Amino acid sequence: MEFEKELGVSEERSGANILVESLVRQGVEFVFGYPGGAVLPIYDALFGDERLRHILVRHEAGAGHAAEGYARSTGKPGVVLVTSGPGATNVITAIADAFLDSIPLVVITGQVPTALIGSDGFQEADTVGISRHCTKHNYLVKDPAELAAVIDEAFQIATTGRPGPVLIDIPKDVQIASAAWNDGPTQRRQRYAPRTQGTAGEIAQAVEMIAAAKAPVFYTGGGVINAGPRATQLLRELQAKTGAPVTSTLMGLGAFPADHADWLGMLGMHGTYEANLAMNQADLIVCVGARFDDRVTGRLDAFAPNSKKIHIDIDRSSINKIVRVELPIVGDCAVVLEQMLAEWGSRKGQDLTEWKARVDTWREKKSLSFPLNDDAIMPQLAIQRLFELTKDKDPIISTEVGQHQMWAAQHFPFFSPNKWLTSGGLGTMGYGLPAAIGAQCGNPDSLVIDIAGDASIQMNIQELGTATQYRLPVKVFILNNEWMGMVRQWQELTYESRFSNSYSDSLPDFVKLAEAYGWKGIRIETESELDAGIQAMIDHPGPVIVDCLVHKESNCFPMIPSGASHVDMILYGDNVAGTMDDEAKALV
Amino acid sequence: MMHIHQEAEERHVLTVTVDNEAGILAKIAGLFTARGYNIDSLTVADITDNHEVSRITIVTHGPPSQIDQIHAQLERLVPVHKVVDLTELGPHVARELALVKVAGVGDKRVEALRIAEVFRARPVDTTTESFIFEMTGAPDKIDSFVALMRDLGLVEVGRTGIVAMARGPEEA
Repeated sequence: MEFEKELGVSEERSGANILVESLVRQGVEFVFGYPGGAVLPIYDALFGDERLRHILVRHEAGAGHAAEGYARSTGKPGVVLVTSGPGATNVITAIADAFLDSIPLVVITGQVPTALIGSDGFQEADTVGISRHCTKHNYLVKDPAELAAVIDEAFQIATTGRPGPVLIDIPKDVQIASAAWNDGPTQRRQRYAPRTQGTAGEIAQAVEMIAAAKAPVFYTGGGVINAGPRATQLLRELQAKTGAPVTSTLMGLGAFPADHADWLGMLGMHGTYEANLAMNQADLIVCVGARFDDRVTGRLDAFAPNSKKIHIDIDRSSINKIVRVELPIVGDCAVVLEQMLAEWGSRKGQDLTEWKARVDTWREKKSLSFPLNDDAIMPQLAIQRLFELTKDKDPIISTEVGQHQMWAAQHFPFFSPNKWLTSGGLGTMGYGLPAAIGAQCGNPDSLVIDIAGDASIQMNIQELGTATQYRLPVKVFILNNEWMGMVRQWQELTYESRFSNSYSDSLPDFVKLAEAYGWKGIRIETESELDAGIQAMIDHPGPVIVDCLVHKESNCFPMIPSGASHVDMILYGDNVAGTMDDEAKALV
Repeated sequence: MMHIHQEAEERHVLTVTVDNEAGILAKIAGLFTARGYNIDSLTVADITDNHEVSRITIVTHGPPSQIDQIHAQLERLVPVHKVVDLTELGPHVARELALVKVAGVGDKRVEALRIAEVFRARPVDTTTESFIFEMTGAPDKIDSFVALMRDLGLVEVGRTGIVAMARGPEEA
């Protein structure tokens, strides 16, 4: 007996109890979830436990996105707890979203009892099967004795390497049955060990290529944010040494300060003229934690035709997937950037004066400029005013998906990481409100604003109730143009303005809706009300919906139309044919 | 008018060493369907005393860039220990086992048995009017044997798909 005590073998505990203890041991603060039949034992174990804060959402999709917002804004893994069947299927979109945007999630789903698996039992779904290809890894745990080790490994897999969602499916009988619980550290399986460092040869070659480049560009992505604040710092240091201009993907905004002289703005389909032209004309592209997504490259055979490319990525499968590169480096962005800085030493790069002068000529296009309108608020202006009036508070911004998202990316500058929460890869409408709720949980003192559209916000509008319940003072700023604006824009540009089903008919009165949920509602109808309305939103201590009525037919420019290259951007004032050939139409 | 473009393709043999856990085969087969890769043949069996590790041999075809992606995507799966592209690596042995049922009497029956001897196929079941031959060999050798049996009363063919290994003393 003495011997057993020394080993730390304490007592038998239920599977549900082991789960709760394991989550506490992982340092989990919040669990975003929704109860149901197959997770009742876990909810009973949570009852009265002060160590974990359970946030009851209104729909399981909301739990998934809230966990994503929490993770993205804090750098910690988000934890989700839902029941079997519809509970699990409802959270799939959020899991797929986290998979594409590399967000660390641990999703716990209840399952019918082991003996009923495969019998089409009540609320049974093949959760492990359904989630197989949108999780980094998943488990069906059939024995409570395996739970502690599985949970430990799940957190390790979710948070290391390329982060992502991990799902643990736990049948109800496994939650009730007991197993030995050991207070000591879990015996970890040593099977997941992603490579984090570049080789000395790769680093030396990379530094040599950068030092020799006459027209280099840093093309950075969400990997820099995922590698932690240190990666952001190291990127800034390496940029200072080399002097190369920096552009970023949607997911990487905030890694490099938007007020820096060498900042080019976002690149890609709705990126700036200078960012896309710099990519097109560069002789060296240093890709740090980005993945040459189709939204970034435009037409592939015309992408950065004269450049050599270095690709730093922790996921080897991201390398040479779309664009072949001369120098791949598999590793963690922070580690590799540090290695490169050490190798760079006191070296001097090429004189970039001529290159930067060319970049400046592209900047003169002022590609983000837009015409003001006497009768309606331009949506871009609304975002600019929102930034001006909130910048002192260093807010966290989430978005839904569509025109408002792109306008926010273009017109709301970021200066530090973990402040920008958006659904990039999957493009999930309905992401923003729950993400803002999750971010507010993790950052109780921050101003958290969901920049939304009138269509997107309705996709998870039920989460208004969650914010009310937990007194989370999130703000929802709706750019209301009464359209699914991005769909409308594509129909205008590609389908000769045949606006098939893109009009937001029968919109609710968002002010009254806010009030019905106990929120404050503010409507802004004219430019003269804009600043006061935003200020009233900031000043209100509780949650607020701002229904900002904006110009209805504004398009989001600049834009690289599908099938076009970086040099074929549409800017404001350009004539647009309004149709495209089938090859271009077939691209997403 | 729009047409779908095709690229030149290569055939590759990959071996994948994996944790022998529930769902691993579905994960790997599903990866191929989800990402639009081809499976020409897939075999799997555990290869350790404690049944904890399995070896999967996959024959696939596709453009070279896709083969490289398949390799990387397989390595990305947590239960995958090691992926070896035997075609890329160099000379290797690839073998398959087939059971071939042939029914017939008289000359055809004698001819079937004679050809089976040439191919070193062994009768493992015999009745007065049929044989089941067992043969192992390179897939094209089995193809040839089956083709010859077609005229001699071929009833049924079962094949395992190939198992492959790099030549030489080292582990690949």
